[in-house]
Amino acid sequence: MSIGSFLLRRLASGALAIVGVSILVFAFLHIVPGDPVDHIAGGEATPAQRAALEKCLGLDQALPVQLGTFFVHIADGTLGHQCPDPEHRPTVAARLAVALPHTLALALAAMLVAVLLALPLGMFAAVRRGRWLDTLATVTSLAGIAVPMMLLAPLLLLVCFVDLGWLPGPTDTGAAATILPALALGVHLMAMLSRMTRSSMIEVLGEDYVRTARAKGAPERRVVGVHALRNALLPVITVAGLQFGSLLSGAIIVEKVFARPGLGLTLLDAIANRDYPVVQGTVLVTAVLYVLVNIGVDLAYGLVDPRIRRGRA
Amino acid sequence: MKPSLVIGASMLAVFIVLGVCGPWLAPSDPTHLDLAGRFAAPSAAHWLGTDTNGIDALSQLLWGARTALIVSGVVVGITACIGTGLGLVAGWFGGVVDELVMRAVDILMAFPGFLLNIAIVATVARPSLGLTIAALCANGWVGYARVVRGQVLALRERDFIQAAVALGAGHGRVMGRHLAPNVLGPVLVQATFGLGGVILVEASLAFLGLGPQVDYTWGAMLDQGTQFLWKAGYAHYALAPGLAIMWVVIGANLAGDALRDRLDPKARGR
Repeated sequence: MSIGSFLLRRLASGALAIVGVSILVFAFLHIVPGDPVDHIAGGEATPAQRAALEKCLGLDQALPVQLGTFFVHIADGTLGHQCPDPEHRPTVAARLAVALPHTLALALAAMLVAVLLALPLGMFAAVRRGRWLDTLATVTSLAGIAVPMMLLAPLLLLVCFVDLGWLPGPTDTGAAATILPALALGVHLMAMLSRMTRSSMIEVLGEDYVRTARAKGAPERRVVGVHALRNALLPVITVAGLQFGSLLSGAIIVEKVFARPGLGLTLLDAIANRDYPVVQGTVLVTAVLYVLVNIGVDLAYGLVDPRIRRGRA
Repeated sequence: MKPSLVIGASMLAVFIVLGVCGPWLAPSDPTHLDLAGRFAAPSAAHWLGTDTNGIDALSQLLWGARTALIVSGVVVGITACIGTGLGLVAGWFGGVVDELVMRAVDILMAFPGFLLNIAIVATVARPSLGLTIAALCANGWVGYARVVRGQVLALRERDFIQAAVALGAGHGRVMGRHLAPNVLGPVLVQATFGLGGVILVEASLAFLGLGPQVDYTWGAMLDQGTQFLWKAGYAHYALAPGLAIMWVVIGANLAGDALRDRLDPKARGR
């Protein structure tokens, strides 16, 4: 299969997944009992105000029409409008466009933190298998997997910002203010990736080509860092890519703790205000990002492992 | 038996015992307000101190263990049954059935599960325990279905299955009597890991204010505790539920890893 047709196939299945997710979220928000008009308008709204709000949200239409309108809003790029008073408020897409860079920056920074910490940790644990460094790496990764983000994030804030003043906190602006949230968000992924790197490296270090490289007299640093690590990276990239989505959703907790105006905080705000178009839009945008990242991960396979490139050609 | 299996299983056993017996062990009524005794430090009367309403924190923790046990037990049970059933059917019948199940799996996997959980519980103002469980089940079955389908695809070519079919066993009998017992191992491993995962997600929902509207959950305790983390001498209130969650997740991971090693010798030591 050529890279073009492979990409087309992945895009088609990704589009199918996005349509499926859209319908699923639409169904949950519209079929489950509970009237959003009650939540938004409150108990003191007049019948006329309620009717206007219902019309604005499109709830006076039949369900299939509402679903059709939802897809029209996706197609025209607005993702819907916010009610009440849609003329004077930004569209859902415009609101999300403001929030998205904050979340993307946080997720990418967390990924960077996770990879930078996990690769050396997993690599050294594999090379020093069964020794104290391996035990330390195992304990660290187990603690990283188990620690709840909603405890770690406030603790990091308390210790590193409030008590010690080492790192900037929520009141600061600029790139440095992303360090603490990224650390809080990335620790869990770091733990997963370091375990993955360790097991993958252990497998690769037993392969014939590693023995051959050693027999040819390649220095150990080159054997481990180039021959073994490059081949061990494949499953690690898969896990890292698949986990990018959980970084986007995990960002909700970190954004709440650090008061960062990203997608997560927008979603929580929309949920509190029963602003369903924004809830739908946020979920959809995240799903699209997730699918695109997964396609990117598939393409990255080829760059890391030439065997896959040849297999596709 | 591997030490990690013993340690992990013991940690989970402690959680289960406290979840079952916690409300009886709780030193005081967790609905009893004592505004004069707010923010009390740990003492002989209140081992873990009191919260913003003067309620004994240890009692809340023990009642929260009950909620955590109910949610995790029910969710793991339901998702394991649904996932195993669908995986068996998809793997055994193949064709259109397999396509339908696997496309549903693809859709749910093409999406961060936590966000789907949030989208579901956000549909009501005060999510009940039932809705929280339903939200966690909505995508929780996917992992089981994938694992079981993979196992069935390998098993269906084996001689004992072919022999059962040749002897006239029907679909139900092959799946129920011959395939199901052979996929239970991987399902058990998945369920053990799932126990920790469900507790983390449920606590995260509660932390975001979207958890089950029951009196006490570890996530709600964490939410309250972290709001007052800055108050001197109050960190223990946030640490207690946090460490309780870690206890269960570590126990589940140790036991899950050890079980997987036992069932798959190739994975041993990795």
